[in-house]
Amino acid sequence: MIDLTTTYLGLKLRTPLIPSASPLSQELDSIRRLEDAGASAVVLYSIFEEQFRQESVELDHHLSAHTESFPEALSYLPEPSAFRMGAEGYLNHIRKAKQAVGIPIIASLNGTTVKGWTDYAKQIQEAGADGIECNLYAIPSDPDVSSAEIEQAYLDVVKTVKSAVTIPVAVKLSPFFSNMANMARRFDQAGANALVLFNRFYQPDINLDELEIQPNVLLSTPQALRLPLTWIGILYGRIKANLAATSGVHGPEDVVKLLMVGADVTMLCSTLLRNGISHLRYIEDGLRQWMEQHEYESVQQMKGSMSQLRCPDPSAFERAQYMKAVKGVQHVMVTSREAWRILTGD
Amino acid sequence: MSRKCKTMDANEAVAHVAYGVNEVIAIYPITPSSPMGEWADQWASENLPNVWKTIPHVAEMQSEGGAAGAVHGALQTGALATTFTASQGLLLMVPNMNKIAGELTPTAFHVSARTVATHALSIFGDHSDVMLCRTTGWAMLCSNSVQEAMDLALIAHAASLETRIPFLHFFDGFRTSHEVNKIEILSDDDIRVLINMDRVIEHRQRALSPDHPVLRGTAQNPDVFFQIRETANPYYDAGPEKTQAVMDKFAQTVGRSYHLFDYVGAPDAERVIIMMGSGAEVAHETVEHLNAHGEKVGLLKVRLYRPFSVKHFLSTLPSTVRQIAVLDRTKESGAIGEPLYLDIVTALNEGVKQGKLKTAPVVVGGRYGLSSKEFTPAMVKAVYDNLKQAKPKDHFTIGINDDVSHTSLPYDPQFSTEMGTVVRALFYGLGADGTVGANKNSIKIIGENTDNYAQGYFVYDSKKSGAATVSHLRFGPQPIRSSYLVSKANFVACHQWIFLERYDMLSSLVPGGTFLVNSPFGPDEVWDHLPRPVQEQILAKKAKLFVIDAYQVARDAGMGSRMNTILQVCFFAISAVLPREQAIEAIRESIRDTYGKKGEEIVQKNMQAVDATLAHLFEVKVPARVTSIIEMPPAFSPAAPKFEREVLAEIYAGRGDELPVSAFSVDGTFPTGTAKWEKRNIALEIPQWDSKVCIQCGKCAMVCPHAVIRIKVYDSKELAGAPATFKSTEARDKEWQGQKYTIQVAPEDCTGCGICVDICPAKNKTETRLKAINMVPQPPLRVPERDNWEFFLKIPEFDRRNIKVGAIRQQQIQEPLFEFSGACAGCGETPYLKLMSQLFGDRAVIANATGCSSIYGGNLPTTPWTKNAAGRGPAWSNSLFEDNAEFGLGFRLSIDKQAQFAQELVRRMTGSIGEELATALLTSPQKDEADIFEQRQRVDILKERLAKIDSLEARQLLAVADMLVKKSVWIVGGDGWAYDIGYGGLDHVIASGRNVNLLVLDTEVYSNTGGQSSKATPRAAVAKFAAGGKPGPKKDLGLMAMSYGTVYVASVAMGAKDEHTLKAFLEAEAYDGPSLIIAYSHCIAHGIDMTTGMLDQKTAVDSGQWLLYRYNPDRTAQGENPLILDSRAPTKKVADFMSMETRFKMLTKSKPEDAKRLWAEAQHDAETRYRMYEYLSQRKFEKEPAKTDH
Repeated sequence: MIDLTTTYLGLKLRTPLIPSASPLSQELDSIRRLEDAGASAVVLYSIFEEQFRQESVELDHHLSAHTESFPEALSYLPEPSAFRMGAEGYLNHIRKAKQAVGIPIIASLNGTTVKGWTDYAKQIQEAGADGIECNLYAIPSDPDVSSAEIEQAYLDVVKTVKSAVTIPVAVKLSPFFSNMANMARRFDQAGANALVLFNRFYQPDINLDELEIQPNVLLSTPQALRLPLTWIGILYGRIKANLAATSGVHGPEDVVKLLMVGADVTMLCSTLLRNGISHLRYIEDGLRQWMEQHEYESVQQMKGSMSQLRCPDPSAFERAQYMKAVKGVQHVMVTSREAWRILTGD
Repeated sequence: MSRKCKTMDANEAVAHVAYGVNEVIAIYPITPSSPMGEWADQWASENLPNVWKTIPHVAEMQSEGGAAGAVHGALQTGALATTFTASQGLLLMVPNMNKIAGELTPTAFHVSARTVATHALSIFGDHSDVMLCRTTGWAMLCSNSVQEAMDLALIAHAASLETRIPFLHFFDGFRTSHEVNKIEILSDDDIRVLINMDRVIEHRQRALSPDHPVLRGTAQNPDVFFQIRETANPYYDAGPEKTQAVMDKFAQTVGRSYHLFDYVGAPDAERVIIMMGSGAEVAHETVEHLNAHGEKVGLLKVRLYRPFSVKHFLSTLPSTVRQIAVLDRTKESGAIGEPLYLDIVTALNEGVKQGKLKTAPVVVGGRYGLSSKEFTPAMVKAVYDNLKQAKPKDHFTIGINDDVSHTSLPYDPQFSTEMGTVVRALFYGLGADGTVGANKNSIKIIGENTDNYAQGYFVYDSKKSGAATVSHLRFGPQPIRSSYLVSKANFVACHQWIFLERYDMLSSLVPGGTFLVNSPFGPDEVWDHLPRPVQEQILAKKAKLFVIDAYQVARDAGMGSRMNTILQVCFFAISAVLPREQAIEAIRESIRDTYGKKGEEIVQKNMQAVDATLAHLFEVKVPARVTSIIEMPPAFSPAAPKFEREVLAEIYAGRGDELPVSAFSVDGTFPTGTAKWEKRNIALEIPQWDSKVCIQCGKCAMVCPHAVIRIKVYDSKELAGAPATFKSTEARDKEWQGQKYTIQVAPEDCTGCGICVDICPAKNKTETRLKAINMVPQPPLRVPERDNWEFFLKIPEFDRRNIKVGAIRQQQIQEPLFEFSGACAGCGETPYLKLMSQLFGDRAVIANATGCSSIYGGNLPTTPWTKNAAGRGPAWSNSLFEDNAEFGLGFRLSIDKQAQFAQELVRRMTGSIGEELATALLTSPQKDEADIFEQRQRVDILKERLAKIDSLEARQLLAVADMLVKKSVWIVGGDGWAYDIGYGGLDHVIASGRNVNLLVLDTEVYSNTGGQSSKATPRAAVAKFAAGGKPGPKKDLGLMAMSYGTVYVASVAMGAKDEHTLKAFLEAEAYDGPSLIIAYSHCIAHGIDMTTGMLDQKTAVDSGQWLLYRYNPDRTAQGENPLILDSRAPTKKVADFMSMETRFKMLTKSKPEDAKRLWAEAQHDAETRYRMYEYLSQRKFEKEPAKTDH
């Protein structure tokens, strides 16, 4: 019997397959179906403090705009005595999800203020979530803010949330750091229980007919796998935190690769949106089959086996692709450190 | 027992009791009673139980007639039931009220008394509505103040159960219904003590039930009807005593004592005023003041007006009385006197007859306060002074200058009873800036945090955009009876800099008072920017001057233009009505109370604003002398005609009260084309045209809700003498080759809504954020663009005969005959009306249902309906809300009859007017502009010829000759009219086959009364009266109309497909039969950004929420399917549309589970509807059989 179990955020999971934060977790019914299809845990869709703030301002604006101006109509919409603003709906969702399924429920939070991060994190814990994924989704665009400041702010978020709750905390990151490995270590030191690699960012498109910038959310492609594969491979064994791979996990072999480089779990989204929730079952079956065919006994056995620390050619994780172009047909592969030396003549 | 004190208005106070007592509440919106129904609906939607621990059923009906019918039915089957209404609504209830009284059924209806429409509609208060109910057999009980409205509401219900007489409980519309005052709240226990359960059980036992069946509502004959009518007499005889007993029980329970008649003043007064309503509070205050100053006068307040108890009346009136003035807040033309006067005269006469009085005192009658006309202590004093005369003036008026019939009493406006212990404050604000909200909050803070009493009354103007508000606040240690405006204020605040040039605010400030100005100029530079008269008064009154740049503070706090918290802090910081720290803490507390439910962010923004305010509030060191050369400009341009300058401008400037009777026409007639004189300058930004980027599509002009974007095509020679900044370019349309093209903005009439920029499809190729029309700050452009506008107006209009009306780019150069309406900035309705006026305005007669369109169309002082250079333009009238289709049909019948008569006369007079002319007149097809132009020329010739003929027929034909030119009848109204209250009439009119055009401006709610649900409200939308989200789908009015097969029906949405709208208007008018256009109109009641309202329309269509179609019966003659579905299959989800609008979205925050279900059902509605229309439009259609004569 092949053992697919893994441990993530201190949670013993049946398999390393977790649906990542996505619209799939918005409905209780879908969460049930995810469990039925074999999900070992579910990361709920993210809540954004910024959005709550915006909703608060917007609701107040529209309920108060045009009021007290015209004698026949001192207002235009009824104002109930209470609204379920902020995270209330989400917290309810956590409670209901916890009742509805047996698998762990991990909440996903994107805060903008210290108070927001801590308050919502506490509320999420109180609602019964098994873990929190801090979704560090921000696109710093202010030229006056240095990367050091931004990095420190991120670390502060992790420390803040960790000090606010006792449940495990994962951090979902972007890959855009000057030294990802250094950042990973600092997150690790800040207390993150897991790093989720990587967040995918919204990148706008242009509508040429209307000459407008328009949102155009693209689902991930299998090629996207390479980025988490690279960094998990590099980080495995170098930090304490669990590693979760997300982006580009589309088939059983993707899962195998990621486990081999050291992922504790793999997270799926695009492929489930594209192929339906039942695809999760197909991936699990595929994973089991592959392991059978290749005579692997357990996930534990293969985890990290192809990481930079354990693979036959550790430098392969750091080769600079462009050197191939510089050196033409010689196919000379160099490490990034070597590349730097070549370029600077140092 | 200690009861809570709260600040509230009378509508809320009455609703509190009515909701507490009753089980069935039937409602329908009408100003000023709508909030009573809104409270009831909201409480029910929040599952609040009544005092019997059950949640009342609150049902919105299709009209007040329907509400009364439903209540009648509920009462007959044993429920405790009530309704709320006013004015025209009350009149619609009268038939049922007669029945309810005839059946001795206990209930109370609560009426915020409002003027009944006569020469004009008025939403304001007087007793003309309730006085029309005198014959219904209902008891009539009047409350004079907010506290009384709560107390007597309960007494009315209790007394009705005791007496079996239904009670009409009334209080003055606006003055009491909307006055905020500190009152003591009756508890549920109070209500349970007063309502006698034995009587309730008896009421239940009398109910219709198949378990003990009876027959009621029979038809009776001459033999017995009369006798049975008299059976109820003992109940009416006992009514007053039983009512007094209830009042006594109330006094025992609650502590406030009421009587059928209450007398105040000197026990030995010789001069007494008798009256009822809020005016009695003014008289009460004046009596106390006059008696304190040595006079001996009295006031008798009538509380139970029906059944009128002569016994109680005589026992209340002091025996010393020699002269009585009876004041009526109504007018009955042709009567000997007004109703209360007649009753008092009769009562005194009865007293003499019964030997209870030796001689009757001298009684004079007077009218006051019609339509909420101010009624002040000065006027009360004048009435007492009149009684001092040897021969007091009788049948007088007070409060106006009647220089025609000379009925008015003179009075000294300077006389005042305002007490030194009362703090009085005046605030001038804009609707949008939060001034009124801030003041309501201040009243709450003072009323509910201190022992002080507080009163607030708010005066709004009749414009829906850029509306000014004036808040009148009083605070003091004693209950405040002053139900009149503040005229001597200790504190005056000007919250809008532009008002300094528009209103004389400081004439109300007492010497040494405080003046706060929201100023873009700091404390060191503000002085020189103040107009000269303002500086003069500050110096003369030695006023203290404070400034704050509240807009800046609001912007910095991320609150946009909402300054409510900021201005509230200023008031408390300066006025010292409370210790500053206590006041600021109370404000913080109230911010948490008010905003907490809407989320932390908005709380924090307000908290930040509190701190920032104190740092930005400065006292100005007032210089010793006047330095300003800025004068107050005249209200209207000197170029305006005399009547406009002398009458309308005075109304516009807020001096309408001073106009004498002689200033006006005798029948309510006013000129059109008057909005153009207002020049309101309310836009902070206006659109600016970039002729190089412009593709000349005409869309900006088409969507402009205020007709401030105009297009002209003209010969280049017209450019001679153009101002330097006047813009012109080559016309791009091939047919206009060689001509010039200009898009001009009316800078002082624009509201700055920005909808034109939003719709503009042409983008600047080097900087795509710019379009062919862009918003830029108005002030620097005000003068140059004003000159450009003046020049533009002088360029001749393009010959209408040569405009291709089927294409917007050409059609939009037609002159709009509907310009500068005071509708909301970005209104979704007015572009349709403007389009109609461009296409058909010079021959249109408009019947306009009451509602938004009748307010922005015809609320004084001005109207946007206007005339062309030839003096032709739409003729407009409003009859009622419920009868508009019939009113318009009447236009058609009348016009057709006169046209027919004119044709008959032409035929008869062919010999004298010439056969060629006669034939041409009778046979002109009048299908297009050229035909109509020629027909008008023929009519001119006809008139010339007729003028020379001296015969009866010639005179008759001259009077109707204009009817030989085709007239276009437009019946315009909102969905409240078309779907609900006027539906029966609308249905009849479209079935009539007559050539009328019905335009339904469908905002999917009763917009004018504040967004109550109608049958046009779509499923899942939150609206008032549907606070929990509308559970059912929208009525398909178009489909119902199509079922006749003979009605042209179009469903349009300009923002989705403007060419489709244009086509529908042209086809509807051309169709020789009834046409119905249902026009989707985005609205502020949807909770949307009005700048992008057209995008909401487009998304509504893209998602299938709104369909575009045309049903043209003429197509059947060719064997074609009459229905063309112009909407493509939905490309978006209904949720995409709903997410754009607060009316839908807010349900996801208030009732998320319901929202989820209703949103899914709404999607299903849209899909089902689309499939059905698709089927209907694709059906094979057989050619109609040729008509044969039998």
